[in-house]
Amino acid sequence: MPSTVGLLWRQYRLERHLFWRNPSAAFFNFLLPLIFLALFGAIVYHHQSELDVIVPGIAGMSVMSTTFTALAYNLTFLREQGVLKRIRGTPLPSGVYLGGLALNAVTNTAIQIAIVVGAGRLIFNLGWPPQPITLVVFVLAGVASFALLGVALSHAIPNFESAPAVINGVFVPVILVSGVFFDVKHVPGFLRDIAQALPLEPLINGLTGGLVAARGDLSHHLTALAVIGVWGLVGVVLAIRGFSWEAHRN
Amino acid sequence: MASTETAIEVSDLRKSYGDLEAVRGIEFRVQRGEIYGLLGPNGAGKTSTVEILEGYRQRTSGTVSVLGFDPNQRPRELRARVGIVLQSSGIYSHVKVAEVLAHFAQFYPHPRDVDEVIQLTGLAEKRDERARHLSGGQRRRLDLALALIGDPELIFLDEPTTGFDPAARRSAWQTIRSLRDLGKTVLLTTHYLDEAQELADRVAIIKGGRILAEGSPAELGVGGGSRYRVAYANGDGEAVAVETDDPTTLLHELTGAALARGEELRSLSVTRPSLEDVYLELTADA
Repeated sequence: MPSTVGLLWRQYRLERHLFWRNPSAAFFNFLLPLIFLALFGAIVYHHQSELDVIVPGIAGMSVMSTTFTALAYNLTFLREQGVLKRIRGTPLPSGVYLGGLALNAVTNTAIQIAIVVGAGRLIFNLGWPPQPITLVVFVLAGVASFALLGVALSHAIPNFESAPAVINGVFVPVILVSGVFFDVKHVPGFLRDIAQALPLEPLINGLTGGLVAARGDLSHHLTALAVIGVWGLVGVVLAIRGFSWEAHRN
Repeated sequence: MASTETAIEVSDLRKSYGDLEAVRGIEFRVQRGEIYGLLGPNGAGKTSTVEILEGYRQRTSGTVSVLGFDPNQRPRELRARVGIVLQSSGIYSHVKVAEVLAHFAQFYPHPRDVDEVIQLTGLAEKRDERARHLSGGQRRRLDLALALIGDPELIFLDEPTTGFDPAARRSAWQTIRSLRDLGKTVLLTTHYLDEAQELADRVAIIKGGRILAEGSPAELGVGGGSRYRVAYANGDGEAVAVETDDPTTLLHELTGAALARGEELRSLSVTRPSLEDVYLELTADA
């Protein structure tokens, strides 16, 4: 019997195999940020200042969709289908199983960030990230925070049929107010206040620092990091409380 | 506490969900190597009882020992020694049969050979099929295969053949009997009488959270005595049924009288009350 780390690796590897075994899902998963980049890039192609907004915005959206959206959706599916309950009845430690799911999601985040950064450099002349440390710190903070919030959201989804509606009902408004597609400066004051209190706008703020030259190093984005951290703490509490290994009954 | 010969020991087990008392003081003991059946209608408390033993639910009160462990704590060693077939549980859509068995085998200290388990559960032709392409019955066999892959001492089967066609049930029964031949202990819940009668060494009939009767199917069938039921159609064609402890004398009288009248004794049968009769009597809503 493999060690705990060995089991985690094997669980992760199975999740990756299964991810790629559904090629259409995998393809569109990675195509979506590219489509957004291409579309908005085409619209604002001649305005470098707007490209500087779009690329970090899409990167932030990618972090949120690969962790928050994917985990809320997958956990609801696994819970409602009874996969979680089955796993719970085996000697596989629960943490190893959930760790495999989380690592799978984080791998997709890493691939999407690489795609966005690569596309930003190749198509939009953004160059290599000028502040790689800021970029990495914010990606890690965003991944942790949004993954926990995604787990927490899954608890609020009553059944699998309602999962897309509930998740999009959160995801779409958040990406719209958080300045994924435009500079949050142009947003009315009250919406901007809301956006800055949510975790995505601070994440995009930090990613801008990492991806776009002359937006300052990590020390300029500490408030943003703190907001993401607070959401991470809220996420921890809500993810643990109310976690259910079994389908919700009516 | 529990002797090495006892696999499961349950005493005064109670489980409440809010105001609803689903399990109301259940006691039973399952010996090692035995197939023990919990038989009862839906909502009788079978699944609550079994899920407490499996470690999925916390009991409200009472004592429970499974292979010498308290399942409340969900010790990993216990989970390594039991196999669980839940009433319904899913699996990844895109995983292949042999692949998921090989994966689950890694969770256990002494797993069985994947191909052996595939053979045992009749999935050889579906070895490389994805789970989403399996029929309902084949998925149920995969459930059983996943429960057996760790070579468990004790196997929980919660309504293992619900929704099977008759041929699939027979073959599932054969597989379950083969578990007894391997010396495994099985706790089976079912609402099929014939399943309990076919498979179980002992049966507890459970309703309203209580055990109404317990014993081997044969013992339950004869209601503790040796009663026989003799049925026939009388001269007017009416169905008559008589219960007796002495079928020999009764048959002699009946056949003698019929011969004397020059009549046939049509539709004559001698039966012992089946488990079904006992079950229906015990579970009837008074």
